Amino acid sequence: MPTPITQPFWDGTRQHRLLLQRCEAGHMIFYPRSHCPGCLSNRLEWVEASGKGTLYSYTVARRPTSPDFEHDVPFVIAVVELDEGPRMTSRLVEVDPDAVRIGMRLEVVFDDVTEEITLPYFRPAGT
Amino acid sequence: MGGLRGEAAIVGIAEFAPVRRPDRTWMGLEAYAELARLALDDAGFSHDDVDGLMTGHLADSGGLFAPGHLTEYLGIASHFSEVVDLGGATGAGAVLRAAIAIEMGLCETALCIVHTLPRPKNPKGGGPTFRMGAWGSPMGEFDYPFGAIGQNYAYALIANRYAYEFGLTDEQRAKVAVDQRKNAMANPKAVFRDPIDIDDVLNSPVIVDPLHMLEIVMPCFGGAAVVVTSKEKAKRAKHRPAYIIGGGENTTHLSVTYDPSFTETPIKAAADRAFEMAGVKRSDIDLASLYDCYTITVLLTLEDTGFCGKGEAGKFVEEHDLTYRGDFPMNTHGGQLSFGQAGMAGGMSHITEAYLQLTGRAGERQLRRCDTVFVHGNGGLMSEQVSLVLRGE
Ligand SMILES: [Zn+2]
Repeated sequence: MPTPITQPFWDGTRQHRLLLQRCEAGHMIFYPRSHCPGCLSNRLEWVEASGKGTLYSYTVARRPTSPDFEHDVPFVIAVVELDEGPRMTSRLVEVDPDAVRIGMRLEVVFDDVTEEITLPYFRPAGT
Repeated sequence: MGGLRGEAAIVGIAEFAPVRRPDRTWMGLEAYAELARLALDDAGFSHDDVDGLMTGHLADSGGLFAPGHLTEYLGIASHFSEVVDLGGATGAGAVLRAAIAIEMGLCETALCIVHTLPRPKNPKGGGPTFRMGAWGSPMGEFDYPFGAIGQNYAYALIANRYAYEFGLTDEQRAKVAVDQRKNAMANPKAVFRDPIDIDDVLNSPVIVDPLHMLEIVMPCFGGAAVVVTSKEKAKRAKHRPAYIIGGGENTTHLSVTYDPSFTETPIKAAADRAFEMAGVKRSDIDLASLYDCYTITVLLTLEDTGFCGKGEAGKFVEEHDLTYRGDFPMNTHGGQLSFGQAGMAGGMSHITEAYLQLTGRAGERQLRRCDTVFVHGNGGLMSEQVSLVLRGE
């Protein structure tokens, strides 16, 4: 699933590090790409993110959104605003769906799904 | 501001009544042909008048070469063809492109056809090879692994963020579905015609918090076609022409996660441009024909198109009667929530209804006065936005 451009991100999650890109003008970028969506610069470097963020929005999937997730329901799909600026799609874990609040502080946790792929999830900060 | 001069007009429409399961004779290319015949008939035009073609992707044939397939099958020669790829905004986008091509003199009479009827399955297999989860797709790589798949979750994220910023009750969202159902009850072509009240909506199962089943469109099958022509030719149409006097379009993202704002959406820029181009005030609009894949979509569209202020949509729908008998007629055909959403053709229903109302042919749900209509199409995950202002003359 990773492409040559996105591979460093997945290498990072495998090491339990959340990596973002930064362009020469200082724009912080997620998801990984070849050109900065802020200025189309192709001079991007990888930087490690704090792993901290704020919940921008969420929903609880009561029914599977695809057969692959049949056994996960209910699960919390989240859009996280990283402290570095960009938003990312993720899931909230280690939290009761009824206790989820937009604006809550979050921190990244890593789930080693396969040998190649580790997914970054988020949980309430300081738990 | 430049733009359309209002010299292209809708003069004919055709629409299959949406159905829950494909049970038609008309499949694939045959459906395009039948829709073309019916729409040209409605205009009083012949097949020889057509010299432009706007359509969505073909369901099969590898998805490619739609203009070649269609001109050959329909026996037309197109001076300007376009495959419109704007999801739910494809219908409005097709009509806007037809108007542009006609005003530029590239063609004179364009058929805009969108359909969702499946082609018979190829016994040898095959079919479209592109999948959203394909290698190199950002959504496939950075949304799907988290279960963020389809449309429901995205509109639920928007609804929750909106409620957080501005406050919104479940009852306010439900009112949208209830009023549209009242409209559908006066439309014999609508799929869902049983009366519902706010409790029915709120008692239907939650699919993705906070959205209930009756706030979410059900996929249907169907198709629709619109004939757009020049001012000169419009004079000999059977019915009153509906001139396209304003158009606006805005696309900023695909995945909802990267929508610049969940609560002030790309709809605003599209609608502002359409109104400014048309030189029409919001209060001049007799019918609002607003894309309604979800109840929350309608609320955001009411705000971002300027029919009410930011954060006021919940109160607006409580205070206004949105039915054909009401003070703010909206989606008098029942909206996609009750008329049915026939895939890409779902967005075309907002235009076919506009033309029926503008020509006084909406039957029981006909508005007493209908001269100016605002149409909005929304595609993807609040992604692709097209606004039109139509004026009957
Ligand atoms: Zn940049």
